Amino acid sequence: MNSTIIRMTARAMLGGRRIYLLAALSVLLLVLAVLLRLFADLSPDDTAQFLHGVSLSTLLPLFGLIVGTGAIGPEIDDGSIVYILAKPISRAEIVRSKLLVAVTAAIAFAAAPTFLAGAIMAGTSANVALGFGVGALVAGVTYSALFLLLAIATRHAVIVGLVYALAWESLVGSFVPGARTLSIQQWALSVTEAITGPGVISSDVSLGAALVLLVLVVGGTTWYAGERLRVLTLAGDD
Amino acid sequence: MATLTVSGVSRWFGNVVAVNDVTMSIDPGITGLLGPNGAGKSTLIHLLGGFLPPSAGTVTLDDAPVWKNPEVYRTIGLVPEREATFDFLTGWEFVLANAELHGLDQPAAATRKALATVAMEYAQERKVGEYSKGMKQRVKMASALVHEPSVLLLDEPFNGMDPRQRMHLMDLLRKMGADGRTVLFSSHILEEVEQLAHHIEVVVAGRHAASGDFREIRRLMTDRPHQFVIRSSDDRALASALIADGSTEGVSLDLQDKALRVQASHLLSFAELLPRVARGAGIRLYEVSPADESLESVFSYLVKA
Repeated sequence: MNSTIIRMTARAMLGGRRIYLLAALSVLLLVLAVLLRLFADLSPDDTAQFLHGVSLSTLLPLFGLIVGTGAIGPEIDDGSIVYILAKPISRAEIVRSKLLVAVTAAIAFAAAPTFLAGAIMAGTSANVALGFGVGALVAGVTYSALFLLLAIATRHAVIVGLVYALAWESLVGSFVPGARTLSIQQWALSVTEAITGPGVISSDVSLGAALVLLVLVVGGTTWYAGERLRVLTLAGDD
Repeated sequence: MATLTVSGVSRWFGNVVAVNDVTMSIDPGITGLLGPNGAGKSTLIHLLGGFLPPSAGTVTLDDAPVWKNPEVYRTIGLVPEREATFDFLTGWEFVLANAELHGLDQPAAATRKALATVAMEYAQERKVGEYSKGMKQRVKMASALVHEPSVLLLDEPFNGMDPRQRMHLMDLLRKMGADGRTVLFSSHILEEVEQLAHHIEVVVAGRHAASGDFREIRRLMTDRPHQFVIRSSDDRALASALIADGSTEGVSLDLQDKALRVQASHLLSFAELLPRVARGAGIRLYEVSPADESLESVFSYLVKA
């Protein structure tokens, strides 16, 4: 880890208007949770449905996309990455430092609010809050790592990321059950299922498979992102 | 002392050949990389800086490859052409970050020194995004100098600088060259290169067109036949007066355009001859314009030579 890169990335990512957008989304989740708690009669199942629909399948991919690509994409686009690359620092270390910032942001703005929303709505019943909090944490880490790699590998990272999150995980997944096996959302849900009380939520992927896939994807994408950064070319525009 | 060696390097992007079989060696001292826009200068600098792999051939820094070898950045300092930096940092923070990224023992002291070298201390607390083009160029320069590299690569460093800043940067580069550092800068402006570099490398359309002492290349450039279009109060009388002198090779009257076309064998003596002859004959000059002075034509002449 390189503290200078961490500092610069955090300032670049959270210094502008992006932080307001992220904060607004997490506040929205909390406001919805408070309103539902005040005006509806909620069972743990209702809370689980809400958190699954709003947080795990919408907020987390979106946040992962924003922070994962935001940690490095703009620097590659405008060429300022050259000031980081023209240094005797291993490319893997650059990736790890940037990933740490993305993951921290995903936890602060998505996983923690998910846990809080769960706690507001369901208290401690059936471990719903904890289950979804941990599920969101796992999803946040994995999405960040995947989308960070995308931002290095392609100039169209945001579009590719949206296609994955919207088309694959939501659309294809709802028609083709097999596609759900290869879905970060389902892996995270499997972790949630293991923590919450029985019958609250169910995932299509077994916990063992989910954990293995999560570790493989996070490790693999992080390693490969370093490799891609090693061969990143900055084309001359003369 | 460090030497960059380019041997048999080509680089193509799809069907476009940007650099075509170039072999050169950039030694300590100042080298100017001269060529018209689009000649492949930036591509070459990217190849030299390790940000582009050659499609063929090798680029080495004292026998170590520069591609996929971040260790070379202990020796190389890079001033990119693109203006984007970390605009939200102040000048001080930006250069300090570069010093820290290099892992220097005393980053603050190195930052202070680098900012002083480019005379930017007065603006170091302002955000880089608020700098003028010339100031940005200087703070980029400071970021490249902060680890005191023995090789400095600068892509079009004088772009956007005012004359005073230009002089200052030239002095700075001269000093670095005199210290025995290897300084390579690219430019499409002959006068800039001439003022600074003793050794120049000329690239035209991706090819290595000329290499060597600037005086030699300058002579090749100025001794070629020059063509001028002249309009005057009496073109016919001026034509006869000019052809009488040895430095005029040919004169033709263009009656349609009402202009005189002159081919001069030597630029400098013709430049001295024309006003003298005109005044002697009492002829008023309305227009004197070079007909083929575009840089491209100068370069294409060089390539043929």
